[in-house]
Amino acid sequence: MPTVSLTVNGKSVSGEVEARTLLVHFLREKLSLTGTHVGCDTSQCGACVVHVNGKSVKSCTMLAVQADGAKVTTIEGLANGAELHPMQAAFREHHGLQCGFCTPGMVMSAVDLVQNNPAPSEKDVREWLEGNICRCTGYHNIVKAIQAGAQAMKR
Amino acid sequence: MADTGIGASVKRKEDFRFLTGQGHYTDDINKHGQTYAYFLRSPHAHAKIRKVDTAAAAKMPGVVAVFTGADVAADKVGGLICGWTVTDRFGKPHKAPPHPILANEKVRYVGDHVAVVIAESIAQAKDAAEAIEVDYEELPAVVDTATAMDPKAAQLHADVPNNLCYDWELGDKAAVDAAFAKAAKVSKLDLVNNRLIPNAMEPRAAIGEYDAGTDSYTCYSTSQNPHVLRLILCAFIMGVPEHKMRVIAPDVGGGFGSKIFCYAEEVVCTWAAKKVKRPVKWTAERGESFVSDAHGRDHVSHVEMAMDKDGKFLAMKVDTIASMGAYLSTFATCVPTYLYATLLAGQYTAPAIYCNVKAVFTTTAPVDAYRGAGRPEATYVVERIVENCARDMKLDPAEIRRRNFIKPDAFPYQTPVALQYDSGNYEKALDEALKLADYKGYPARKAEAAKRGKLRGIGFSAYIEACGIAPSAVVGSLGAGVGLWESAQIRFNPTGTAQVLTGSHSHGQGHETTLAQVVADKLGLSVDAVTVVHGDTSQVPFGMGTYGSRSLAVGGSAAVKAIDKIVAKGKKIAAHLLEASVDDIQYSKGVFKVAGTDRQKTIQEIAFAAYVPHNYPKDLEPGLDETAFYDPANFTYPAGVHIAEVEIDPDTGVTTIANWSAVDDFGNVINPMVVEGQVHGGIAQGVGQALLEGCVYDKETGQLLTGSYMDYCMPRADDLPSFKIGTISTPCPHNPLGVKGCGEAGAIAAPAALVNAITDALGVRDIPMPASPERVWRVAQGAKMAAE
Ligand code: FES
Ligand code: FES
Repeated sequence: MPTVSLTVNGKSVSGEVEARTLLVHFLREKLSLTGTHVGCDTSQCGACVVHVNGKSVKSCTMLAVQADGAKVTTIEGLANGAELHPMQAAFREHHGLQCGFCTPGMVMSAVDLVQNNPAPSEKDVREWLEGNICRCTGYHNIVKAIQAGAQAMKR
Repeated sequence: MADTGIGASVKRKEDFRFLTGQGHYTDDINKHGQTYAYFLRSPHAHAKIRKVDTAAAAKMPGVVAVFTGADVAADKVGGLICGWTVTDRFGKPHKAPPHPILANEKVRYVGDHVAVVIAESIAQAKDAAEAIEVDYEELPAVVDTATAMDPKAAQLHADVPNNLCYDWELGDKAAVDAAFAKAAKVSKLDLVNNRLIPNAMEPRAAIGEYDAGTDSYTCYSTSQNPHVLRLILCAFIMGVPEHKMRVIAPDVGGGFGSKIFCYAEEVVCTWAAKKVKRPVKWTAERGESFVSDAHGRDHVSHVEMAMDKDGKFLAMKVDTIASMGAYLSTFATCVPTYLYATLLAGQYTAPAIYCNVKAVFTTTAPVDAYRGAGRPEATYVVERIVENCARDMKLDPAEIRRRNFIKPDAFPYQTPVALQYDSGNYEKALDEALKLADYKGYPARKAEAAKRGKLRGIGFSAYIEACGIAPSAVVGSLGAGVGLWESAQIRFNPTGTAQVLTGSHSHGQGHETTLAQVVADKLGLSVDAVTVVHGDTSQVPFGMGTYGSRSLAVGGSAAVKAIDKIVAKGKKIAAHLLEASVDDIQYSKGVFKVAGTDRQKTIQEIAFAAYVPHNYPKDLEPGLDETAFYDPANFTYPAGVHIAEVEIDPDTGVTTIANWSAVDDFGNVINPMVVEGQVHGGIAQGVGQALLEGCVYDKETGQLLTGSYMDYCMPRADDLPSFKIGTISTPCPHNPLGVKGCGEAGAIAAPAALVNAITDALGVRDIPMPASPERVWRVAQGAKMAAE
């Protein structure tokens, strides 16, 4: 079995994986980082979005071995202890989540959007979220939260 | 307290854990030594099973056990049940064919459970499932709801002729016929309410555990309804007493009805845990969710409305055929009957209504309650025909509604279809919605759009729903197998914090916050001093779960009743401590006071005295912990008006929602932020139904053609606008909080509003849902060609 070594949320980890293991399964099962969710089997829903080397990636579309040597950030690595990342705080403030299942992927996508586009318009946000499905919120508050989170991230 | 009490938009307590990835959904839980279950599912819509050979699979690496229908039958495990008996119009109970948890002789839909492999890893279980050999004798499929009763159609169940589950009616047919005979005008429509797949983002999952030392089971499940799941598992399927079964439904990632029911997978995992002496875990893949979660809607209807010369409604008649799918799911039978036909009065005064419903079996996944359950179907029928009445009478759609609304002074209002509406003010909601939508400015916007070559349309939906399910005696008389009260327990701690244990279940609705708000407000505590506990049958006294917007109206009312008991006991303690008579103690928001004096004790002091009863009334029990069961006196009746304004590009068929304005009446509101969020989500699901979502089975083969997110079009962020939301309030007169429920409103209102808008824009009477760009384009081109 191949071995992978990577940095996850600032910590070096390594382990043996079956060649077919997806990054999402490695995170959830080997590292017990269950904040990254699996919502589909066709790479459509975005519940599994993490950052690999700073860019948002659907961790269900990447093999664990492809992440060898990479820096991975999951939702668990975003907050600073009890202090939420500004984007997380904005989701709370604007009620951008209900059941919370899509939320980790949404937040990780949102942070990547703002890194590329510091002041996204409503249209920008809606287009960027093409790959993330939320069944609960109707997106109205997610859009508000992301725009507010973008403002807060500037500070 | 004003900033966190009842009526305040308190930020949610549950959000921190969800936002930091610390939620505990069922698939996040792992048990020491667990095994993994994988279900072999039928590839055919309908087939006889001649033989299942599991010998090769059992020898595959990592396989712990393989079970088939024969193993289940040998162990006397019962089938899934339907918990509601509908009596047909001839006085007979509906047909209830057996629903085995693993098929034994026949499979009846693609995805039906044939066998289960339990292995050390899910990959090994899947590999082994491929080695199971099943000898099928294929039979013809029947997927079409409208023609399922055709005598030539394939028959699904031995004792169900013509696939007819029941033929049921409600209302006064003679009165309706008489009214039609003297009508000035009759409007007619044929409607299809498209079948939907609920698609909560968290797929269903279950973990079964068995403890030989105590001979007891634990089932972790993605359930909206843990106590009822326990009841069904124990009393009807496994023959295990309830005190030997614990059901835990931890964080659940959305339900929308699809997680109310008892499914084969949770039964099999729980049963198999004892057989293999290890925990058994199953998590659905999305593809499995598509084929095996209970689907929603799927009605075919014909509706007629009789009017006088002024457009006053005289009578309505409706014929509906409703699909049940291949087997009856837990509440399937009541959805197209008591949750549907009883709402056909809408917000209007038609004095006579008659509805006939025929429920049919088809070779498709079972159909059951989905967000709104019966009420979206009813609203679709009513609001589409009302719109067509307006067009036939050449009346403004707002005006025809206004002429026929039940007036604010007519409540309580007895409809001709069984229900008695509690309170409402339909005209006011309409007026507010017209303002919000800038209805006056609409003609100018339409003209401006036309200059750009776009078709603009506007559509109304004045919906009503019956929520807060439901008075036990009423549902019992209608065939329900359970009472629909709710329980709550309030446990005070010695240092003045409290826990609320509720039998309702939160899967996104925010109960941890709203219920805490109610209790904190009434007990004079901070919201942070109250924790809500739910979803565990070993902690919560009992419960009926969350669906039908019942959590606050019924569950919250139970909490208020428990608070009343706490206050009554607290008064006795306070009277003793303050050396006054109990009758002189007044209570308000956490403070017990001797009337007319400044002598008082806070509830925290009372709680402390109850647990440290050094100075305490002689005959009173220590402790401050009260339980209440609340059975509602009636349903609650939220209502409102949604107005959709659309713009259609005739060259592409794409419909853009230009404006969405909604004014809802939910009675009193505990947390406006949470309520708005519920409305947004509901509208999105309704928009999904009207524009994008449709479950399609191949008519010949019965294969599910929309079996993944590549084929089933889920609403995404750029399919939706931001919404304009307003509320009015006519408090519910019969529950102590005055609340009515808000969870389903958007999904109920939206489809009719949107299709009314699209047909208005296109100048046609109907377009089938989902009104996809292709369908809209065809109509737009047809209309254009006709005009040229
Ligand atoms: S789980 Fe990765 S996109 Fe759905
Ligand atoms: S909050 Fe439930 S899916 Fe987005």
